[in-house]
Amino acid sequence: MEILKGIGVSPGVAICTSVVLDAEEFRIPRRNIPRTQVRNEIQRLRQAFTEASDEVSQLQDSQEGLFDSKIKDIFAVHLHFLRDRTLRRQVNDLIENQFYTAEYAVSVILRDVAKHFSQAPDAYISERVNDIYDIEKRLIRHLVGKRREDLAHLTAPVVVVAHDLTPTQTASFDRKMILGLATDAGGRTSHTAIVARSLGIPAVVALGHASEKVAAGDTVIVDGHRGLFIINPDEETVAEYKDYAATIMERIHELDELADQPAITQDGVVIQLLGNIEFPDEAEIILQKGGEGIGLYRTEFLYLESDHEPTEEDHYQAYVKVIKTLGNSPIIIRTLDLGADKFTQNRRTSREPNPFLGLRSIRYSLRNIAMFKRQIRAILRASAHGNIKIMFPLITNILELRQAKWLVADAKEDLEEEGVKFDDSLPVGMMVETPSAALMSDQFANEVDFFSIGTNDLIQYTLAVDRGNEEVAGLYSPSHPAILKLLQQVVQSARRAKIDLSLCGEMGGDNDYTALLLGLGFTTLSVAPPVIPEIKKTIRSLNMENCRQLARKALTLDSDKQIISYLRSEMLDRSSFST
Amino acid sequence: MSANETAERTIEIRNHEGLHMRPAMRFVQRANAFQSRITLSKGKQCVDGKSIMQVTMLAAGKGTQLLLRAEGQDAVEAAAVLAQLLENETSGEPVS
Repeated sequence: MEILKGIGVSPGVAICTSVVLDAEEFRIPRRNIPRTQVRNEIQRLRQAFTEASDEVSQLQDSQEGLFDSKIKDIFAVHLHFLRDRTLRRQVNDLIENQFYTAEYAVSVILRDVAKHFSQAPDAYISERVNDIYDIEKRLIRHLVGKRREDLAHLTAPVVVVAHDLTPTQTASFDRKMILGLATDAGGRTSHTAIVARSLGIPAVVALGHASEKVAAGDTVIVDGHRGLFIINPDEETVAEYKDYAATIMERIHELDELADQPAITQDGVVIQLLGNIEFPDEAEIILQKGGEGIGLYRTEFLYLESDHEPTEEDHYQAYVKVIKTLGNSPIIIRTLDLGADKFTQNRRTSREPNPFLGLRSIRYSLRNIAMFKRQIRAILRASAHGNIKIMFPLITNILELRQAKWLVADAKEDLEEEGVKFDDSLPVGMMVETPSAALMSDQFANEVDFFSIGTNDLIQYTLAVDRGNEEVAGLYSPSHPAILKLLQQVVQSARRAKIDLSLCGEMGGDNDYTALLLGLGFTTLSVAPPVIPEIKKTIRSLNMENCRQLARKALTLDSDKQIISYLRSEMLDRSSFST
Repeated sequence: MSANETAERTIEIRNHEGLHMRPAMRFVQRANAFQSRITLSKGKQCVDGKSIMQVTMLAAGKGTQLLLRAEGQDAVEAAAVLAQLLENETSGEPVS
């Protein structure tokens, strides 16, 4: 049993079999075997080579009718490799003398071959490196066998362990079967954390080398509260955690009973509680947990899930699906907010040096008008069936906003000509998530129907901190005075212009900040669906006047540490009076 | 009674692509048909001519001088046949 400590970023407990993702997206579960396993391992290797050879032979035969014999030849070469005695001998050696697992041994030898190839001065020869990787993958696939993780179609519940998780990977998760996440890297607001909280599953990040220590099939425990990750727990530990998990479930059920209750403060102020979703299925969870609509419908999954750009129809279906679940509840759809990831980077000729500040999000959309218009049209068409609003991310410049609005007007004209229905009074809003947008909020407020503050990015840009960088993640703090000041400013601008205002960043879902946010004047919060009950409970325990006082005081304090300390101590005091 | 013979031939790789996968494969296939031990050397590097892995590791590109060596009962025939094959494969002319 091994206990690793990381950062718990999503609460809960999972006791489950593990699935490990290698950085190259296929698994090399373990590197070493005990001496007693050598016989077995050689046998496994022999089996894998046989199966791989058979597979290639079949592929060769299937190419029989093809005009171009080159493809058949490639398989012939692969087959030769698989039957090569030198290769087999070298791999066997590593197993017998170094006690490597078959897959690790195969990998080591073939990568060495690949290295030789890639160093050859001849381009033609160095390109053959891909053949070697192909052979390696085939063998590894046969060695790792049926446990090859196809995370989209799991047959049993698992915990996913990886170095880190990208949006591309999580987009294809079979969400009913994944009960927990554990990563080596990451911080409180990394993608892993966001996905886990959204799904309501426990997650622990910043574990260091967990993915190297776990072998697929190991039983693991993910303790999202305490930030622990336990590999091959002993019986006693499993029993303890089962008890603990039961207690947590009880508490969750208690909170769920609030689902039908309104989010209203002690002195009668009504707060609108909405949910943030990354996938259409999560709309259901919002309903279950007592949310009143969607404050942020992230549409990136449409671009990450498949290898082609989504069509207008793809978009439309995804939006209508959510309308079916939520009926006439408000749904705010955010246009594409991608950058620094597979979708945009794969389409570039050279890597961006600084993707975070680069061609992403609304900028990307405005450079790809045809693509952007497809999304806009789909949103407009969907607006005929539900209570839809459209929102643009990462606006920094009034001209961007005007250009985007112009495209919406343009799309409306087109649809009208085509006789397609849409809501002509579709509210058009923007995310306030950059310092420039926050500082110029008065100007922007005059040109939109609503604001939604994206605190995650606002905090990163304002405090100049990369939330995913473990070295500086401690500097990322929603309670920094600069953030409070900006929030206050945006609230005032929204009031003056009489436009709706909501907050959809992670800060909204953290009940350390609920009193502060209410005190600053927020009356709509959009949070990760699983925490809706918790935030509702907090809201119901608060008194608006006290919140306002709290906010006023917080705005006078010096540092993020001082402010969070103050907020927490106030919450503790009050909790002795609340229900 | 033929004892172990040895035979050697030198071949220069003349084609653009060098001794890449497919010709290497044909060579290895042919080499395995002979009983003799077959080696290919490029400078100090010497590899087993019956192993595709080793032969491709040679990464013999255009202009490389390869020394083919056969040792065994059918060495003379092996060297002749294999040298011819290499010349054909890497001559820079299209192979039928």
